[in-house]
Amino acid sequence: MRTLAERVAAAAAERTVGQRLGAAFGAAWPLAIGIAIAVVLQTAVAPALGDYHARVLLDAGIAILVASSLNIVNGFAGQFSIGHAGFMLLGGYAAAVVTYYGSIKLWGSPLVHGGFLGSGDWLFLGACVIGGLVAAVAGLVVGLPSLRLRGDYLAIVTLGFGEICRVVVQLSADVVPAAEVGDRSIVELANNVGGALGFSPPPPTYVSPTPWLGGTGHAGIFFVFALVAVVLIVAHRLKRSSGGRALLAVRENEIAAEAMGIDTSRAKVVAFVLAAFFAGIGGALYAHEFGVTLGPKDLGFQKSIDLVIIVVLGGMGSISGVVLSATILTILPELFREFAQYRMPIYALALIVVMILRPQGLLGVKELWELSIWGRLWRRLRGRSA
Amino acid sequence: MSAPLALEVRGIGLSFGGLRAVHELSMKLPPGGLHGLIGPNGAGKTTAFNLLTGVYRPDAGAVFLDGERVDGRRPSRIARAGMARTFQNIRLFGELSVLDNVRAAAGVRTRSGLWGSVLRTPRYLAEERAVTERSRELLDVLGLTRRVDEQAKSLPYGDQRRLEIARALATEPKVLLLDEPVAGMNTVEKQAMRGLIQQLRTDFGVAILLIEHDMGLVMEICEHVTVLDHGEVIAAGAPAAIQADPAVIAAYLGTVDDAAPEATS
Repeated sequence: MRTLAERVAAAAAERTVGQRLGAAFGAAWPLAIGIAIAVVLQTAVAPALGDYHARVLLDAGIAILVASSLNIVNGFAGQFSIGHAGFMLLGGYAAAVVTYYGSIKLWGSPLVHGGFLGSGDWLFLGACVIGGLVAAVAGLVVGLPSLRLRGDYLAIVTLGFGEICRVVVQLSADVVPAAEVGDRSIVELANNVGGALGFSPPPPTYVSPTPWLGGTGHAGIFFVFALVAVVLIVAHRLKRSSGGRALLAVRENEIAAEAMGIDTSRAKVVAFVLAAFFAGIGGALYAHEFGVTLGPKDLGFQKSIDLVIIVVLGGMGSISGVVLSATILTILPELFREFAQYRMPIYALALIVVMILRPQGLLGVKELWELSIWGRLWRRLRGRSA
Repeated sequence: MSAPLALEVRGIGLSFGGLRAVHELSMKLPPGGLHGLIGPNGAGKTTAFNLLTGVYRPDAGAVFLDGERVDGRRPSRIARAGMARTFQNIRLFGELSVLDNVRAAAGVRTRSGLWGSVLRTPRYLAEERAVTERSRELLDVLGLTRRVDEQAKSLPYGDQRRLEIARALATEPKVLLLDEPVAGMNTVEKQAMRGLIQQLRTDFGVAILLIEHDMGLVMEICEHVTVLDHGEVIAAGAPAAIQADPAVIAAYLGTVDDAAPEATS
């Protein structure tokens, strides 16, 4: 039987220009569709929904993005992390420092500079990436203990990490108003993020006047869903690649994975760093929903648990399952606002029931379209018509 | 100089506290060879496998794989160097499909990485196609074609053992360690597995080291047998010589002296 290297070499020798173009097209079209959907949501759907419902849509987008990132480490690699909001918090604060203080330094005002995709928007997107990178570094630090710790013990470490992030932010100094920023450096100002009161400079801060940017906030529907598309595409391609199967193998049986040549340490750290990067981007979006506003309590332990519940309900490793449950678990609490105080007991109960009846989550590792129910439905329909 | 041995073990040992699990174990497995490792329960056979594959680090001695020293490395690096194994207590990736179990192992030989898979480079696409193609061929050889889409954990026992072998072969090994491949099988299944093991040697040119309690199978197909008892090699040689060796018979059945007190009481 031919080895893998022989087959790949044979394929490379036969590769035509047409195949190369086909590959490039195959790589690009899902992103194009994702951006098109984001444009439609922004320009047609959001205005039709009205301010309040557009806001729920925005929240759903951020929940999908962050829960999908948690799914990489928790679902694919099977490393139980319950401090994911800590990565959001780091990314959110890093991005808020960049946009608020950066904008003041560059243009003398915390208002968005320029229109849609103007220089202010690029600063915002740059801030998202910086937020992601800061969170990714933290992901590396948290990923390292995961090499030695398993299950409950790892969960405790990640929980501690999330709490440390929250407490460190609470100890920070007050926000510096625009007039007093002067020539203090960004690094110096990174400590001035509002402490326990939260990073909420007096408005208007980094709020866009253009309708492109979704009402008053900056993390407009377009930007949120364009980034959701990026994260979902990366997660999907990862899952279906050899690297993704290596993560799933680590989750399923670490000893066997290692014996088959999979570097389990590397796989786990990569999963943590990637998940933290996307969570940091999600935090950056979260921080810019209404101009720059972010409080340490918003992204504490409770938020981490919310995310774990989304992933567990949707299915550990199922991308479409997590998208579905993130959407439902964002809309449901809005529908039942008057019962808000019962939310956590209900979540806890739901989590316990799922863990007992279906520990792999409702969809398990399968995607919505891979469920056997479609085949059964199809056969039944055909049977009836015949 | 002639081609290096597929596997050469020089006096490896491991102690757990005061217990000498394996002591001074040496073996020479030529390319394409089929050797057996036998011994009573608790003799240290599986510990020996764990030493070879890097699960445990030997206290003493050295392991050479195709002329390259591999002891002391972590298991994944030894596997990449060309040592694959199956497990006595089956360890499949239960939730994954049969095909994905094999593909997860075959993917170890790819080089595209995360960026390749996200950007879908031509090289990545070619590698993934090759992984799938080769995995399907392996499952065909192992007679599992009809089960490719089933979950690994839902397979019957015999098929799970076959899937473990397919997965091990997917890593493109030079040496294949089989830990009790026919345990719990009936006579018909054993016959099929015997044919399969011999076929693997010829089709894949892989050297095989076999742990097995089924003496009939070992004596029939192995060219050379090493016998362990209490972590020590008590005999090594051709199957016929092993069967006649008094030390081996004593290890398995006890000696007359052992039996005497019971007989008189």
